[in-house]
Amino acid sequence: MSQSSTRTPARASKPSASARFDSALGWSPRFGTNMALRIVLCVLVFCVFALPFLAVISGAFDRNSSPTEISLLPKTFTLQNFEAAAQQGLWGYLLNSLVVAGGGLLLQMTVSVFAAYSLSRKKFRGQALVMLLVLMTMMLPEEVIGIPLSLVLGDLPLLGIGLRGTVLAVILPVGIWGFSIFIMSEFMKEIPGEIEEAARLDGVGEFRMLFTIILPLCKPALGVIGIFGFMMVWDQYLLPLIAANDPSDYTLTVALSVLRNDTTVGPGVLLAGAVMAMIPSLLVYLFLQRSMIRGITSGATKG
Amino acid sequence: MTVTPTKPAETLAPAKGAKTTPARGKRTNRKQLLAIWLFLVPAAVLGLYFKFIPMVEGIRLSLFKVQPFLGDVFVGFDNYIRVLTDARFMEALGHTVVLGLTQTLGALVVGFVLALLLEGQSRSLWVLRTAIFLPVVTALAVVGEIWRILYFPTADGPLNNILSWVGLGPLQFLNGTDTALWSIAVVGIWSGAPYNMVIILAGLTGVDRSLYESAGVDGATIWQRLRYITLPALRPSIVIVLTLAAIRSLRSFTEVYVLTGGGPAGSTEVWMTRMYSLGFQRNDIGVASAAAVLLLVVTLLLTVGTQLLARRKALR
Repeated sequence: MSQSSTRTPARASKPSASARFDSALGWSPRFGTNMALRIVLCVLVFCVFALPFLAVISGAFDRNSSPTEISLLPKTFTLQNFEAAAQQGLWGYLLNSLVVAGGGLLLQMTVSVFAAYSLSRKKFRGQALVMLLVLMTMMLPEEVIGIPLSLVLGDLPLLGIGLRGTVLAVILPVGIWGFSIFIMSEFMKEIPGEIEEAARLDGVGEFRMLFTIILPLCKPALGVIGIFGFMMVWDQYLLPLIAANDPSDYTLTVALSVLRNDTTVGPGVLLAGAVMAMIPSLLVYLFLQRSMIRGITSGATKG
Repeated sequence: MTVTPTKPAETLAPAKGAKTTPARGKRTNRKQLLAIWLFLVPAAVLGLYFKFIPMVEGIRLSLFKVQPFLGDVFVGFDNYIRVLTDARFMEALGHTVVLGLTQTLGALVVGFVLALLLEGQSRSLWVLRTAIFLPVVTALAVVGEIWRILYFPTADGPLNNILSWVGLGPLQFLNGTDTALWSIAVVGIWSGAPYNMVIILAGLTGVDRSLYESAGVDGATIWQRLRYITLPALRPSIVIVLTLAAIRSLRSFTEVYVLTGGGPAGSTEVWMTRMYSLGFQRNDIGVASAAAVLLLVVTLLLTVGTQLLARRKALR
């Protein structure tokens, strides 16, 4: 989705003649039936993929927002859904979500950067095994190990501490993510060794090496693990469910489906909650869109 | 190889130094090693506590009849046999495979169509692509809530309303035993296709424009152009991604749980929801753990298999 600014000279000189060969389907840049067809199809696609969001936002601000009367513009604009949402404690759930997402993401990125530094810039015995274990954690998402994980969260082996009911019960498990470590170490491998050697001759220690020499060169990869990590944490559903002691510990995404089953809560409140849960991911996406695209496409070529 | 590459020589240098001044060399080595493992400690601790201990614990539980107050009884592979002979688990397996394949292939086809339609560099196309990507960014649980509203099963529900314009009768969607699974598949395609679109768009930019041009000179139709130039160029990047997505879909949980919870009448029960209703609602932890271990083994084998195949292909 990044806009490429490279323009071949041939196209610049005679745009209309060669533009037909710019896309696989040969869309024409001139006004005509070809372009009209493309516009119609684009509008249709926009309706399918983006209008549901508009409908939800409109419903959240509508006085009479029952599913059967949903429209693209609120008939009578009101904030009362959000006031009712506040009474249901939705802001508290949102706060839970934000704390978990912020803390979890920070931990995850720190852990990944540290581990990737060792795995990519160093050579040591057992490295291949450690990398294999890292890749294996990708095969063990919260869903698959959910039942024993919930037991572990209730009583950490050897330590005898119960995490359940605290935000740490969600933050700590998302701290380890093989994908993020993998992306980071693949990127760090590409940094030429000469830079590191020059710094080492100046007597730079390991921590300064990582934070002042290596990390500044890793900004693109940091963006990628930042947005993918955020989406991963924000998407958590089962983990906050099993990590909670009582419903007040739920994150917003989990609380939504609880609210839906509560018959005393109207659909307007649910829609307001959905909007509240959408906004943070929307903001992060708009800020880190470039990183998102980079992450997807690099994953595609590397498998 | 007669020319000595610079890198090994440089790495050899400290080793030589270590021989002449052993004490100093050893200290730096040990310091290095300490640093290496120190950096790995956070990942190791978290991985141990929240991935590997639960995994081992899950395998252990799968061999026991778990009773909270009476004590666990070792039952060998009984739990596995119970999973594999349970009719509802087998039904869930069928639903899982059908759902996984439909979602993966559907998301590929729709993603491909989207990419073909929205390929280009103009600002308006970029804005449109950004808007269309929203379903991917939104949390699955929220996507589920949105679609529960769109799927409202009365005749004046949002989607039924639109269907009535083209003369299709009101559908039950998530409430009907015939339609529920397909309704979930549509949601999966809707939230997965834009992701594939981005992958395919990246592949499309890599297609040599002069091939299109010469195909045009040769009088090839658009269809021939797609079939013989575009598709072959895209294939390598897509196949692996798709296979991995299909394998991942075996453990899909959130969308099914939020949309239907496995109902109505078990018509959308998948492996994960079946496992969870056993493990958390009926407290049959031994059997649920056996189901989890089976899922883990199958996904592990499939993933390693795909990677090996891909690597062998790459070597060729």
